[in-house]
Amino acid sequence: MKSRIPITIIAGALMLFAGYAALFVAPDERTMHEIQRVFYFHLGSWAAMFTALSIAFVANIAWLLTRKPRWDWLGVSAVEVGVVSCTSGLITGVLWGKPTWGIWWTWDARLTTCFILWLLYVSYLILRGLIEEPQRRATLSAVFGIFAFLDAPLVYASNRLWRTQHPAPVMFGGENSGLDPTMGHVLLICMAAMLLMAMVVLGDRYRLERMRHEVDELRVAAEAGSANASSVLAPATKVGI
Amino acid sequence: MTTARAAAILLAKELRLEFRTRELLNATIVFALVVVVLFSFSFDPTSAESRRLGPGLLWIAFLFAGSLMLHPSFGREQANQTLDALRMAPISPFALLLGKMLANFVFLSAAEVILVPVFAVLYNVSIAGVVGRLAIVLALGTAGLCITGTVFSAIAAHARMRELLLPLLLLPILAPLLIAAVEATASLFAAQPGLDRAWLAFLAGFDIVFLTASWLLSDFLLEE
Repeated sequence: MKSRIPITIIAGALMLFAGYAALFVAPDERTMHEIQRVFYFHLGSWAAMFTALSIAFVANIAWLLTRKPRWDWLGVSAVEVGVVSCTSGLITGVLWGKPTWGIWWTWDARLTTCFILWLLYVSYLILRGLIEEPQRRATLSAVFGIFAFLDAPLVYASNRLWRTQHPAPVMFGGENSGLDPTMGHVLLICMAAMLLMAMVVLGDRYRLERMRHEVDELRVAAEAGSANASSVLAPATKVGI
Repeated sequence: MTTARAAAILLAKELRLEFRTRELLNATIVFALVVVVLFSFSFDPTSAESRRLGPGLLWIAFLFAGSLMLHPSFGREQANQTLDALRMAPISPFALLLGKMLANFVFLSAAEVILVPVFAVLYNVSIAGVVGRLAIVLALGTAGLCITGTVFSAIAAHARMRELLLPLLLLPILAPLLIAAVEATASLFAAQPGLDRAWLAFLAGFDIVFLTASWLLSDFLLEE
């Protein structure tokens, strides 16, 4: 990881462009009008969340199988990015829900699943904070992460069986879905921008985790070193006195 | 030693330990009873309402009681430093986990056997005609609760604030189980009771998914 500046600038510029496209380029929606523009970021948030949490799931399994610390760093970084994306998806959804559905929130399959996922992965982060020993923290949180990921389809299926209000997606519905092509293009730009941004942040977070690990190692080495040094020096000082 | 035999020995040990004092069982039953009573104060349901709200109340009480009761499963071993001894035994980690799961299943089922009739009396819900079907729903739901709860008890045992952490980890993951168990129970409490097989299948699926995951991950969960 040489310079992260170019990719960060590209991601930032793409985000600005995506914001411009969503607000000014995309055509007005027939029934929902301006508020519908939040949708471009709503879907982008979910795309980023599912990508990040899938990465976390793979990283959790990879840590258990290989025990290479980098998988643990990747796991916690991906969960943090996933939780932030999830929060952004929930907030944009609530903002969009009030004017269009007339309610802030409903206990529908998709909404409930994402909320439960948010709770589960926040618990994952809390769990990590409460286990001291790094090796054990990595293993136990990986086990919990795998359980949490397995739970997601079950939460969705149970709510789906139970009741659902969220509209089925009309995007990518082919020629006859009634979607203006410009909307589709803006959506793709927004999703690409948010995904890229999520991955850049994930990369930075991963680097931070690696540096923390290095600092810890240096500290341990320094303590061991000074302990050795003092035991060597101690007789000498005695002689000096 | 086979996994089944090792698990059976551990189950016997857990049962012996518990039935010497019965402290876990007593506390669990009284706690669930408190939830049931407080619910009546806070909602003051009529007979028709309690038929509608009852299944949810019953399962919330079981879930809360279970999330507190499951903590000593590994917490006690950790506190007495007996977990290392168990790990040294020539048995697979899954056998250890399975023994604990079975023991917790027995404890929670025993609590339910006492609580369900009390609940039926307090809330005027007739369960006489559906006892057999209700037992299946309770068994499948309790199994799911004990499978995930025992695994998370092993996780929480190594953390600080473990008593608080276990419900925090456990309750969100049980959301699908709660929905399925409540809906299945509600179909039995209805005026024309009939068991909803889709929810029963869902409960069984939940149990299978997480039992398989526990089996695959037990080596990592209980490693030194």
